[in-house]
Amino acid sequence: MNNIFTDNIKTIEFDSLIVGGGGSGMRASLELAKSGLKTAVVSKVFPTRSHTVSAQGGITCAIASADPNDDWRWHMYDTVKGADFIGDQDAIEYLCSEGPKAVFELEHMGLPFSRFENGRIYQRPFGGQSKDFGKGGQAARTCAAADRTGHALLHTLYQNNVKEGTNFLNEWFAVDLVKNSKDEVTGVIAFSIENGEVAYLKAQATVLATGGAGRIYASTTNALINTGDGLGMALRAGFPAQDMEMWQFHPTGIYGAGSLVTEGCRGEGGYLINKDGERFMERYAPNVKDLAGRDVVARSMVLEILEGRGCGEKNDHIFLKLDHLGADVLNSKLPGICELSRTFAHVDPIYEPIPVVPTCHYMMGGTPTNVNGQAFTRINDEDKLIPGLFSAGEAACVSVHGANRLGGNSLLDLVVFGRATGMHIQNELKSGGGVDSATRSDIKQSLERLNILNESKDGFDPAEVKRELQECMQNYFGVFRRGEFMKKGLDQLNEIREKVDNLHLKDKSDAFNTSRVEAIELQNLFEVAEATAVSAYMRNESRGAHARDDFPERDDENWLCHTIFDPKNKEVSKRDVNFQPSKVEAFPPKVRTY
Amino acid sequence: MFGNKLHVSLYRYNPEEDQFPYMKKYTIDKPDRDIMVLDLLHLLKEEDQSISYRRSCREGVCGSDGMNINGKNGLACITPISSVLKKNKIELRPLPGLPVIRDLVVDMTEFYAQYEKIKPFLQNETTAPEQERLQSPEERDKLDGLYECILCACCSTSCPSFWWNPDKFVGPAALLQAYRFLADSRDLKTEERLNDLSDPFSVYRCHGIMNCVNVCPKGLNPNKAIGEIKSMLHKNKKDIIASDRI
Repeated sequence: MNNIFTDNIKTIEFDSLIVGGGGSGMRASLELAKSGLKTAVVSKVFPTRSHTVSAQGGITCAIASADPNDDWRWHMYDTVKGADFIGDQDAIEYLCSEGPKAVFELEHMGLPFSRFENGRIYQRPFGGQSKDFGKGGQAARTCAAADRTGHALLHTLYQNNVKEGTNFLNEWFAVDLVKNSKDEVTGVIAFSIENGEVAYLKAQATVLATGGAGRIYASTTNALINTGDGLGMALRAGFPAQDMEMWQFHPTGIYGAGSLVTEGCRGEGGYLINKDGERFMERYAPNVKDLAGRDVVARSMVLEILEGRGCGEKNDHIFLKLDHLGADVLNSKLPGICELSRTFAHVDPIYEPIPVVPTCHYMMGGTPTNVNGQAFTRINDEDKLIPGLFSAGEAACVSVHGANRLGGNSLLDLVVFGRATGMHIQNELKSGGGVDSATRSDIKQSLERLNILNESKDGFDPAEVKRELQECMQNYFGVFRRGEFMKKGLDQLNEIREKVDNLHLKDKSDAFNTSRVEAIELQNLFEVAEATAVSAYMRNESRGAHARDDFPERDDENWLCHTIFDPKNKEVSKRDVNFQPSKVEAFPPKVRTY
Repeated sequence: MFGNKLHVSLYRYNPEEDQFPYMKKYTIDKPDRDIMVLDLLHLLKEEDQSISYRRSCREGVCGSDGMNINGKNGLACITPISSVLKKNKIELRPLPGLPVIRDLVVDMTEFYAQYEKIKPFLQNETTAPEQERLQSPEERDKLDGLYECILCACCSTSCPSFWWNPDKFVGPAALLQAYRFLADSRDLKTEERLNDLSDPFSVYRCHGIMNCVNVCPKGLNPNKAIGEIKSMLHKNKKDIIASDRI
């Protein structure tokens, strides 16, 4: 792959190009393939290896199965509150009201949902769910296929893409966006991992559906492939990222291994205990206890550990107790969890509690978009659409999750907005929209990073630099944050930037070279980590997942807003939260208790 | 018991450099705790960047890292080294029977082609209701043990019948999925699906060797599903003969 000259690379042209073969990407591609537009999904792994496959507990949606009187507006209220009031209410309204349609479509496609006796889709309780705008007690709103909902959903979407004849460029890696002289996006530079062939994938619409980047932290529930590639590309192209300080730490990652243990365990009746066997969530969230928002539960667990009530020899984790549910419930409702616990924690939940610890799980921030998936940048404090660029799912920040995502809302987010993005692109392209072509020099710019790496003769070892980055983020930007520590972290990141720009790729082979992929992934991780650190340092308050020791209170006067990170000058500005849903009155901010 | 070193014998092949594949030996300090085979590969790769293998979820649900571990197919990420070590030795090879792209990475084109061949999607052309199609818990139970397949190919690549006829014998993984749709009360193309499988190769090359059951990392039983398909084919044939007689 040495010395790639722009004259040598081929151009493959599509109407629309989806980067990422997970849930949101394949939901978008399904919509586009059905429309007859020439569509391709470029994915660095075979699509069913995408991280959506790991989602367990379910997809939250008011389909009124467990409760025939359920109402999408109650789901909307919960989501607004869960987001600690910085989720955009127009987007949350769209998510919750369109949700049922999107979920029924999945069922019609064949998704093997678990069932109630009456034959309808099974729903279980999840954290932060209520009836009647918080006044009617716990709701059961999360539609599930046992505890393998993500697997069932991802496979169903892949199967239906096969049915519709979607083009897949599997095991192709997108390196950078290509922009024309008007700063419009006209596709990506990508290479085949299998044989190193480099191509310009040209498209009228490019969708970043590349998922999250949990691998910026040392301890995460995320797959090894979650390296924020789309966001990295967007940031390098000079496009902003929104709410990057907001990272969800899931209360129950398996201690030591990081694997996720679904919130559905607590939905089915499991609870957390400290070393004294005390069900401590009763003290922190007297009403809903273990089913409070994830940020609340994660912080309570960390406080228990810090105050010496953690479990185990080092008092450094918490136990999740499930044995009282009995073997029947565990085997039928939570079989995957039993399997994971036996493999990674060496405990059988039928008899013993699972050792767990809050673990990085989800990126609430991302490339800012509207409800049509259209990405935008900020010019003079106004939103300005970026022609040709779209984003959906965890990679995007639309923003429905605000400062804290509710369990089960990520799968809903990716099908609702993957679908919306597909529908919008279809309308736009069929009504003559599109972008101008890129010139050779535009393309050459996007090849630069690949060329530098391929020509590297010495420099830093990617594996070592990655470890350094992950430890820095874990130490200074974790569950609790403090200004002075974050400053240290930022200084350290500046040093790491030097190394990330000077990596040494020892293996220059073109045949399935995973070291090349990992080096580029590391550069993407770094962009995401830097955006996170700078944004976190700026937000001088505690809200949702962003908890500051030095600013413990929520500050609506100054911070009831999104943060926008501008990669060009590394500065953060504020953006108003949308309080204008169209079908209901907006929910005003209030004190958030569970 | 056998010292503090781990001896790994790793299948290596880079088509750009090697005329033939070879086994390369690596010796590393034995980790102080039990680790997974995938963690072991990470350790080796830190020493030698040129080692290639696939991996993604690292928890046994994505199916990327199927490989042959001390002679038996399995997922590297959920196989503790303690369960496979023999005298501190471990031998890692690519899944057998498929072309090798590099090191532990195999070309799975043929495997995926068989999956696509069985039409792995629900077929029901009746107008969909506004809500979900109803399915009783008992009907849904029939999909357990079938839909959980992660397409890791451990089963099909351990099957001698698949080695022999990878283009004509559908193989255990895809047959498991074929039965997943035959068993789904919502799917209406039973007859067409059975007709597509009725030739001498698609299903009938399964001779019940059971390697598939032995290696499935998810504990699924493709052999049982194949048996069910054979019964359905048999019944279908009898029905056709009976209707001919009338």
